Amino acid sequence: MDKLDEILSKYKDTKGALIPILQEVQEGFGYLPKDVMVRIAKDLKIPVSRVYGVATFYAQFYLAPYGKYTIRVCRGTACHIQGAKKVLSAIKNITGLEEGETSQDLRFTLETVSCLGACALAPIMMINKDYFGKMTPQKAATILRRYREE
Amino acid sequence: MIELIIDEKKVKTKEGATILEAAESIGIKIPYLCYHKSLSPLSSCRICVVEVEGAKSLVAACSYLVSEGMNIKTNTERVIEARRLIIDLLLSNHPLDCLTCEKNGACRLQDYAYELGITSTSFEGAKTQYPPDTSNPFIERDYSKCILCGRCVKVCEEIQMLNVLDFSRRGFETKVATFYDSPLQQTDCAFCGQCVAVCPVGALTEKVRRFRGREWELRKVTIICPYCGCGCIFDLNVKDNEVIKVTSTDGVVNGLALCAKGRFGFDFINSPDRLKTPLIRQNIEDKNKEAKFREASWEEALSLVAKRFKEIKDKYGPDKIAGIASAKCTNEENYLFQKFMRAVIGTNNVDHCARLCHSSTVAGLAVAFGSGAMTNSVDEIKDADCILVTGSNTTESHPIIALKIKEAVKKGAKLIVVDPRRIELVEWADMYLRFRSGTDVAWLNGMMYVIINENLLDEKFIGERCEGFDEFKATVMEYPPEKAEEITGIPADDLIKAARIYATADKASIIYSMGVTQHTSGTDNVFSIANLAMLTGNIGRESTGVNPLRGQNNVQGACDMGTLPPVLPGYQKVIDPQTRAKFEEAWRVKLPEAPGLTMMEMFNKAGKEIKAMYIMGENLMLSVPDLIQAEEALKALDFLVVQDIFLTETAKLADVVLPAVSFAEKDGTFTNTERRVQLVRQAINPIGQSKTDSAIIVDLANIMGYKMHYDDAKSIMEEIAKLTPSYGGISYERLEREGGLQWPCPDPAHPGTKFLHKDKFAGGKGKFHPVKYRPPAEEPDEEYPFRLTTGRMLYHYHGGSMTRRSKGLDEICKEGYVEINQQDATSFGINDGDTVVVSSRRGSIKIKAKITDIVAPKEVFIPFHFAESAANVLTNTALDPIAKIPELKICAVNITNQ
Ligand code: SF4
Ligand code: SF4
Ligand code: FES
Ligand code: FES
Repeated sequence: MDKLDEILSKYKDTKGALIPILQEVQEGFGYLPKDVMVRIAKDLKIPVSRVYGVATFYAQFYLAPYGKYTIRVCRGTACHIQGAKKVLSAIKNITGLEEGETSQDLRFTLETVSCLGACALAPIMMINKDYFGKMTPQKAATILRRYREE
Repeated sequence: MIELIIDEKKVKTKEGATILEAAESIGIKIPYLCYHKSLSPLSSCRICVVEVEGAKSLVAACSYLVSEGMNIKTNTERVIEARRLIIDLLLSNHPLDCLTCEKNGACRLQDYAYELGITSTSFEGAKTQYPPDTSNPFIERDYSKCILCGRCVKVCEEIQMLNVLDFSRRGFETKVATFYDSPLQQTDCAFCGQCVAVCPVGALTEKVRRFRGREWELRKVTIICPYCGCGCIFDLNVKDNEVIKVTSTDGVVNGLALCAKGRFGFDFINSPDRLKTPLIRQNIEDKNKEAKFREASWEEALSLVAKRFKEIKDKYGPDKIAGIASAKCTNEENYLFQKFMRAVIGTNNVDHCARLCHSSTVAGLAVAFGSGAMTNSVDEIKDADCILVTGSNTTESHPIIALKIKEAVKKGAKLIVVDPRRIELVEWADMYLRFRSGTDVAWLNGMMYVIINENLLDEKFIGERCEGFDEFKATVMEYPPEKAEEITGIPADDLIKAARIYATADKASIIYSMGVTQHTSGTDNVFSIANLAMLTGNIGRESTGVNPLRGQNNVQGACDMGTLPPVLPGYQKVIDPQTRAKFEEAWRVKLPEAPGLTMMEMFNKAGKEIKAMYIMGENLMLSVPDLIQAEEALKALDFLVVQDIFLTETAKLADVVLPAVSFAEKDGTFTNTERRVQLVRQAINPIGQSKTDSAIIVDLANIMGYKMHYDDAKSIMEEIAKLTPSYGGISYERLEREGGLQWPCPDPAHPGTKFLHKDKFAGGKGKFHPVKYRPPAEEPDEEYPFRLTTGRMLYHYHGGSMTRRSKGLDEICKEGYVEINQQDATSFGINDGDTVVVSSRRGSIKIKAKITDIVAPKEVFIPFHFAESAANVLTNTALDPIAKIPELKICAVNITNQ
C-alpha cells in the first residue's frame, strides 16, 4: 500500500488527476486492483462507480492481473479454415489456461481475437507485439517453451 | 421577459428558459428521452432537436436557452428525419419484446416509435445482450433494454446523492453499471428506486409488479406515505382492489423522491394476514390469554365491547378505562377516538405513542416557545448556512429530510453532527462530535458557555423577545467546555469550534429527534436546545429554528387532535372551564375536568386502577419499554379491545379484536412533521369485513347510547375546524385545491404558516430555562457494562407490523441485530454474525452481533422493530418527570456469547 500512498500524495493538489493516477497504479501493480480503486475514490472524494467507469472506458486499463506475455490466438475465418482450433487447444494444454485467463506466475495471459489482419500467414498467433504465422500445435509448443524458459 | 416564436405562435417566457420549457408553456409538445424536469440537462439523446432560424444545425430544445426574437420550428421535415434516425438507431439495439415488457404503454421509446410510425429498425447488426439482474427484492435491471439516456445515473447523483451508478466501458459496449458491475445489494444503494422512477423505458422496473398488470389497467390514486413523518406523496397503482406498485408524483415535500419503505413497502396492504372479521377470545371469562380466538360478526363484537365498557364504567367509574389512539390513523379518526373516550366513556385517559417519542418535545417547546411543533419547514433546510443534527439518524429514519440536509451541504452549509453513533450523515459533516449517550444537557450547556463567553450571542433578540436569560446564564456558566468534556467525552476544542460555527452562521437550523427526547431528562434536553436557538436568535426566521422530526406519518396530527391526557384538540387545556364549555356545547355532554393518565401510568396501573383498555392501531407490545412487565400489565386487565389491521403482538392479548382498514382504504388527512395537513384518498375497498376506524368508533358510540353521525371524513374535518383554532381554515376543498396546508391556519383566507414565531413567539416571550445535567436513570456497572441505545433502521418501521409483512423489506433485512464496537467484540470474543444474548435487569434476548464502528466502545445499539429479538424487552421504564416519556434510549446491558 505504500506504493499507492506515494502515488496519491504525488497528485494531491492536482485537479482531474484520476487518469494519471490510474496509469501509475497500473504501471506499479500491473493492473487496477479492486481495493486500490476503492481507496483512490475515497482519496479523491469521487464515487467508486466513476472510477470504475473511467477504468473500463480506456482500453489501457486492466481490472485483472495480466501476464507478462499476452498470447493472442486468431479465430478469424482464414485462420479457422487453416486449423486455428487445433493450435488454440494445444496452447490451452501447454499453458493450462482458458481464454481470458492469466497464469498464476503472471507469465501468460491467453486471449483470442477475430482476425489479426494477416490472413496470408493463417493460422496466426501473437505474443505481445510479435507475430507468428503458419502455426501448428508443434510450432506453438516450441515457441512457448522459449518464452517460458526466458 | 423574452418574446419568441415557436411554430408560428408568439410566446413570452422568462430569461433562462429552455426552448422545451417555452414550447410546453404554450402546449407544444417536443419529444424527449434524457431530459427530466427534476434533473440538470444531460443532452445526450438529441430526440428533442428543433430548427432555429439562422442556426446551421438543429439544436437540442431541452438545453438550448431561448433568446429574444428567436424563430423556432419544432416539426419540419428536417427535424422529423433527425428524430426518425435516432429512434431507428435506438431500436436497432433494443430487444423489442413489448409483448411482455412491464413498461408497455408507458414507454417513451415505444410512444415515439408509434408517433413517428417506425415499425422496425432499418439497421442490421448485433444487439447488446445482458442477462437481467433480478437478484435484489426491489428492482429488476434489464440493461438489454437500456437506451443509455443517463437519467438513472443523474438521479442517483443529484437527488439520492449516492452515486451508485455510472456509465462504464465505451462504444457499443457502453453500459450503466455500479462499481465492478456488482449487484445493487453489494453497493451503497439505498433502494430508494429513484432510478426506476426516471427510467423512460423498461430497463429498470419494480420487481413486485412483474406480470401483475399492464400499465393501462392500473388506476393511480395520489396518497400520503404511511411510514415516517416526512409526509411524502406518491401514487398507489391499483388493479382489481390490489396495489400493484407505487410511482412517484410531484410531492410538496419529496418531489419524485421516496425511500425504500415508501416505494416498495406497500404489499402489507393486500397481505393474507390482514384481519378480515372481528375476533373474540374463545372463552372470554378465561383469564388465560393464550386461548384462541373465534370469528364473530360486527354486531356481536361491538355489542360485547359496548356492554363490557358500560359494565366497567358503571361499576368502577369512567376513569378506570383508558384509550390509546394511533399516530398511524388519520386526524379524523384520532379526533373521534378522543371524542369517544371523553364524551362517551367520560375520561381524559387518552394518550398515544407520542408519549414514547416526542412528548418531551411537546412539553418542552410548548413552555419555551408556546408551541410544541417543528418550527420551520422541511424545504427551508436546504437553504440553511449551518445545520446541527443531534439524536436523529436522519438518513434512515427520515430519509427525505436527509436529502435536504445533504442538498444544503452541497450548497455550502456547514453540517455539525452530534450523536453517540457514527451515523451516515457524519460522512457529510464538517464536524462530528461523538458523545456519551444521555449527556445532552452537558454538551449543550458547554456549547452555550462558549457562545456567551465569546460574546457570540444575539443580545438584541434576547432582549426584545425572550425572558429568563440571567438565571439561565448563571447555570450555563457552570459548564465550561472542559467540564463538558469530562461529562460527555467531546473534546473541549471540538465543542468550542462547533459553538463558533453554529453561533456565527446567519441561518442556523437545529434538527433533532428521539436521541434527544427519549430520556429521563428528555424535557430538559429539549429546553436546552430551545435555549441554544434563542441565545443566537436562530428562530422565527426562514431556514433556522428548532426542528424536531416526528417519527410517524401522523404523530403530529394525533397530538393536534388532542389524543393527549391534558388537552383537547388544538392543545386546548381540559382544565380550562371555557374550553370545556365550548366542547361540551358542541358534543352535548358534560366533560371530565381532570387531566387523564399518560401511557406509562396506564400500564403501571393496569389491573388495579385501570380495568379496561381500548387500543387503536398501535403495536405497544413492541414499542413500550420493559415488554415482559408490559405484557403482564395488559394481561391483568379485565377487558382489552384492540383495533388493528393485523393480529399484532398486542392484539394477541386482547379479548376482542376489531379489524380496521389500512391507509389505502379510507379518506382523511395526515399532518406531517412540518405541520402540513395533506389528504389521504381511498384507493381500494376495505379488505374482508374490515371497517375504517371512524366507522368502528361511530358504531360503538351509537351502541353505547351517544348519538354520533358523520356523512364522511370531510364532515369530521368540518367539526375539527370549528373547534380547533389552529385548524380553523382547513377544509377538504382547500386541501384538494392547494395541495396541503401548514397549521396554524386559523381561517379560510389564511395561507397557512411556513415557519413559527416570526415576530413574536406563539406564547408571547421565548422562555430560557436553566437546566443542569442529570445522569440517566440506569448507568453501566460491573454486572451490566454496556450502554444500550435503541432506534430505527432504514428498511423497517416501528413495531414492524407493516414492514415485516412487506416481502421485499423483510427479505433485504430479515432479522434484528446488535451493533457492537470492534474493540468490545475482540475483548468479549464475539465475531460478526454470532448469536449473542443481550440481557438487562428486565429481561434478555437472543440476537445476531454486527461488528461495526458506528457505535463507540462500551455502547451498543439494537433496532426495535423485530419481535423475535425485541429490544424493548431490555429497556428501562424510568420516566421523565415532566413529559412522562420513558428512557428508551439508555439502559445498562450485558452481552454473552452463545
Ligand atoms: S435505488 Fe436509489 S440508490 Fe439505488 S441505484 Fe437507484 S437511485 Fe441509486
Ligand atoms: S437504465 Fe433507463 S434511465 Fe438508465 S440509462 Fe438506461 S434507459 Fe436511461
Ligand atoms: S483470420 Fe486470422 S488473421 Fe485474419
Ligand atoms: S431530451 Fe434533449 S437531448 Fe435528450
